Amino acid sequence: MESHVVQLVQLCLNGIAIGAIYALVALGLVLIYKATEIINFAHGDILMASAFVGWGLITIAGLPFWLAALVTMLLAAALSYVLEARVLRVIVGQPQFAGAMLTLALAFMLRGAVSMAFGPTSRTFPTPWTGQTTHLGPLVIADLNLVILVAALVITALLFFFLRRTSVGISVQAASQNQLAAYLCGIPVKRLNSMVWAMAGAMAAVGGLLLAPIALVDIGLWYVVLKALAALVLGGFGSIPGAIVGGLLIGIVEQLAGVYLPDGFKDVMAYLVLIGVLVLWPRGILGEAHGRRV
Amino acid sequence: MSYLAVEHLGLQFGGLTAIRGLSFTVEQGEVFAIIGPNGAGKTSVFNVITRVFEPSAGRVTLRDREITAIPRHRIAEAGIARTFQNIELFESATVIDNLLLGRHRFSHGNPLAQALRLPSACRAEDHSRGKVEEIIDLLDISPYRNSPVAGLPYGVRKVVEIARALATEPELLLLDEPASGLNPEETRDLAFWIDDIKNDLGITIVMVEHDMSLVAEVADRVLCMNMGGVLALGSPEEVRAHPDVVAAYLGV
Repeated sequence: MESHVVQLVQLCLNGIAIGAIYALVALGLVLIYKATEIINFAHGDILMASAFVGWGLITIAGLPFWLAALVTMLLAAALSYVLEARVLRVIVGQPQFAGAMLTLALAFMLRGAVSMAFGPTSRTFPTPWTGQTTHLGPLVIADLNLVILVAALVITALLFFFLRRTSVGISVQAASQNQLAAYLCGIPVKRLNSMVWAMAGAMAAVGGLLLAPIALVDIGLWYVVLKALAALVLGGFGSIPGAIVGGLLIGIVEQLAGVYLPDGFKDVMAYLVLIGVLVLWPRGILGEAHGRRV
Repeated sequence: MSYLAVEHLGLQFGGLTAIRGLSFTVEQGEVFAIIGPNGAGKTSVFNVITRVFEPSAGRVTLRDREITAIPRHRIAEAGIARTFQNIELFESATVIDNLLLGRHRFSHGNPLAQALRLPSACRAEDHSRGKVEEIIDLLDISPYRNSPVAGLPYGVRKVVEIARALATEPELLLLDEPASGLNPEETRDLAFWIDDIKNDLGITIVMVEHDMSLVAEVADRVLCMNMGGVLALGSPEEVRAHPDVVAAYLGV
C-alpha cells in the first residue's frame, strides 16, 4: 500500500476510536433527553469527575483497573440517579431553559468540586493496554483504541437489547412518548427516569475511563460534551442511531482535519461541522421531525 | 360499604375551586354517568381518582381501599383504567403495541429472559398477545392491528384507547367523553360496546358524557355536576327533568 493511503486509513481508525467515545457520550445525552426532555450539560463533567475518581481508585487506593472501573461506574450511576431524583425532578413542568440552566449550574459545581478535591494538574493512570499496539499489515493500532471500540460496541448492543427486548426498556420508550398514558398503564415513570439518568451516568463513566488514557485526566475533559452535542446535531437530534453515526463522523473529521488542514483546525472542526449542519441541514443525518403534538 | 365512594372531595388550584365537597357512590356493575356544563369539574373528578391531581380535601375509596393514598403508577394495579378527552396514546407505536403496553402490570419475566427470548418470557408474551387479540375482536379493530396510531382516524383512536384501558384488565373503567368527535354510527357502536363491557366483562363504568341520548341509553344512574358540586343524582329521566339541571343548562 502507498504511504498516503496507509496514513488515511490510520487516521480513520484513530478517528473511529475517538469517535466511539463521542458516540458514547452522545448516547447518554440522547437517553436523558428522550426520557426527561433535558439536555444534560453536566454530562461532560460527570465524565470528567469519573476520570478523576478512576485515577484516585487506581493510583491512590491501588485497586486493579477492572475493579476501579466498576466502582467508578457505580458511583457515577448513583450520582446521576440522585441528581435526577432529588434535583431535576423539582423543575419538572418548567420550560426547557430551566433544565439547561440547572444542568449548567450542576456542571460548574461538579467542575469546582473536582478542582478543589484533586487540584488543577493533569495526570494519567495505567491501563492494562497502555503502550501496547497491534500490527495489522502496515497499520499500527493502539490496543487502547481497540478496547474503546469494543467497549462502545458492547454498550451499544446492550442498550439496543435493553430498549427493544425487555419490558423495562419498552416502558422507557413508552414513558418518553406519553408520560400520562405510561403512568396509567402501571409504568413507574419517575423511577424509570432516575434509572435512565443512572444508566447515562455509568456510560459517561466508561467514556471518562476510556478517554483519560488518551487525553489525560484533566478538568478540560468536560469539553467532550460539546463534541457530543455537535455529534448529536450532525446525526439528528433525538435519534439513537444518529448519535452513534454522528459521534463516529465527528471523530474521523477531527483526525483528518488535524493532518490535512492548517494548524488549529482540529480543535474547532467539530464546532464548524455543528454550525454547518445547523445552517444547511438542520435535521441531521437520521433526524426525526422536531416539535411535539400539542 | 359501597363499591366506589367519593367522600367530601375538594380540589383547588390556587384560588380556583374545581371540586367542592363532592360526595357520591357508585355500585358495582353499574354504568354511572357524570354530566354537567363545561367547567363543572367532571374531568377533574377523573383526574383525582386516577391520581393525576392531588385532592385538597376528602378521599376516594374502591372496595374500602383508599385510592387517594396510592401512587399514580399503581392505579392500574388497583383495577382502575381510564380514557382521556384528548386521547393519550403512544402515537408512534402500533395499535397492538399500545394494547400490549396496557398489559405492563402483568409480569412478563425478568429482563434477561426477555432479551434472550427464553421460553418463559415468550410464553408470557404469547399469553398477553392472546388477551389483546380478544379485546381487538370485541371492539372490532382488527383491520388496524398493525397500524401506527398516529395515522388512524379520530374515531378509531378513541376505540383504541378504550381497548388499551381494557387490556389492563380493570374492574372499574373511567371513560372521559367517549362519544365526543364520533359520528352517529360510531356512537351507536359505542353504546353496544359499553353494554358488552358491563355485561360480558363485568366491569363497572363511570363516564363523563355530553351526549344525552347516549347517557339515557346506557347509564343506570346519572350525576349532574355544577360548580364542582352535586346538582342532581338519579336515573337519567329524573336528572333530565330536575329543575336545577334544566336551569344550569339553559342558564335560567
